[in-house]
Amino acid sequence: MCAMRPEPVNEFPGWKAVLTPEEIRRALTRISHEILERTHGGEGVVLLGIPTRGVYLARRLAARIGEFEDVPVPVGSLDVTMHRDDLRLRPARALQRTEVPPDGVDGKTVVLVDDVLFSGRTIRAALDALNDLGRPRAVQLAVLVDRGHRELPIRADYVGKNLPTAHREAVRVRLAEIDGEDSVLLGERPAKDGAQ
Amino acid sequence: MNRHLISAGDLSRDDAVLILDTAAELASVAGRPIRKLPTLRGMTVVNLFYEDSTRTRTSFEAAAKRLSADVINFSAKGSSVAKGESLKDTALTLEAMGADAIVIRHPASGAPRRLADWITGRVVNAGDGTHEHPTQALLDAFTIRERLAAGRDDPRGQALDGVRVTIVGDVLHSRVARSNVLLLTTLGAEVTVVAPPTLMPHAIATWPGRASYDLDSALRKADVVMMLRVQQERMTAAYFPTVREYRRRYGLDTDRMALLPEHAIVMHPGPMNRGVEIAAEVADSPRSTIVAQVANGVTVRMAVLYLMLGGATEGEA
Repeated sequence: MCAMRPEPVNEFPGWKAVLTPEEIRRALTRISHEILERTHGGEGVVLLGIPTRGVYLARRLAARIGEFEDVPVPVGSLDVTMHRDDLRLRPARALQRTEVPPDGVDGKTVVLVDDVLFSGRTIRAALDALNDLGRPRAVQLAVLVDRGHRELPIRADYVGKNLPTAHREAVRVRLAEIDGEDSVLLGERPAKDGAQ
Repeated sequence: MNRHLISAGDLSRDDAVLILDTAAELASVAGRPIRKLPTLRGMTVVNLFYEDSTRTRTSFEAAAKRLSADVINFSAKGSSVAKGESLKDTALTLEAMGADAIVIRHPASGAPRRLADWITGRVVNAGDGTHEHPTQALLDAFTIRERLAAGRDDPRGQALDGVRVTIVGDVLHSRVARSNVLLLTTLGAEVTVVAPPTLMPHAIATWPGRASYDLDSALRKADVVMMLRVQQERMTAAYFPTVREYRRRYGLDTDRMALLPEHAIVMHPGPMNRGVEIAAEVADSPRSTIVAQVANGVTVRMAVLYLMLGGATEGEA
């Protein structure tokens, strides 16, 4: 889980930007079109962002889909903390928000949205969490960055950018809503950082 | 979070707000088709109750079960305690059976603190004698925060700064009062304790907040009024002449309720003596949060159990 407070770029010396704000914008635009295509016009689609940054990405996707096709797409958030498999490895963490749109997820096509797809464990937890909320017709996954190194049989349906990385590297997605600017950074994983 | 939850006074402001925020998130679980989370799967929580209790025990039981923990209920009646087994031996036995946390209610003040020295698992105080009942204070704080913020901003992340709380009744015998005074003060509330002189603790001057013998004047500037149960079972002497006399001076009836500001709420930790400290019409009025308090109790206890048992213990991380 990423920290809540904005971190200026100079806190990441030696990190290199792998996506510019324009590239992030284009990637999200493309994903919005792909979602519309794959779901035949966005009928019955619910976007559920995984906190923290997945929620902002989900909102941006919903706004674009609304612009392109004039279909309102419900957006929510899905906190997976209570379903994680690594809970006992760290002190108990604060819960983030789960907000399910009023119509629920039963019979809907749920698109999970996250910033970085890495081991796949967060998505596994999300699938479990979703299972307790209802029975979607289908579940799909959209991520801004797929950095590889999967530890579970999970893949994304919509990918902003495939980013080949070394296991010891870390990927940071920074979004204007919370970090003050859009960027994706690649750098050395700081010691004791298990996130992403 | 601390290892154990023995006293509301052990909680820092940040700890307390974290518990309330976690509870706010967990409250949504109650409205879902599947009211269960897998978080404490494989863990065992023992309810060790040396005193009668329905709501606290069932509340802890529901909370632990909603987090998928296994629950063992152990009541002193009909157990080896009746044969004279000491608290220490009982606790060590339960721990040997694999208890990760012991929720204890005991008639002796200080029993949970002693217990914490003997076992390696977590201890949650569910009420000890006339000392403390910290989870009751947490659920009261949670209820206050939810109700006073109703229709306004999201209360998450906020404490209770400037909220005026009046706690009325048998303060001398009340563990609920002590825990609430400590916790609500930590959260920034202004607490006034109102009791007849005979039911006011001698050491009240050392408590934070104000004390008064006059209910009517305190009610006029209260956002929250919390009525305490008259605890006949702990009274070893005549503390007031008659129940009628007590009711006239310190009971909350509809006339007194009319003195409260428009937005004020009425709380009671239960079980109530209807017609003694609180009139039936008051208990059933829309201002009363008594039913909400019970529902919130499960959520807040889930938050406490999750934060104490859900992560790595210190040193393991």
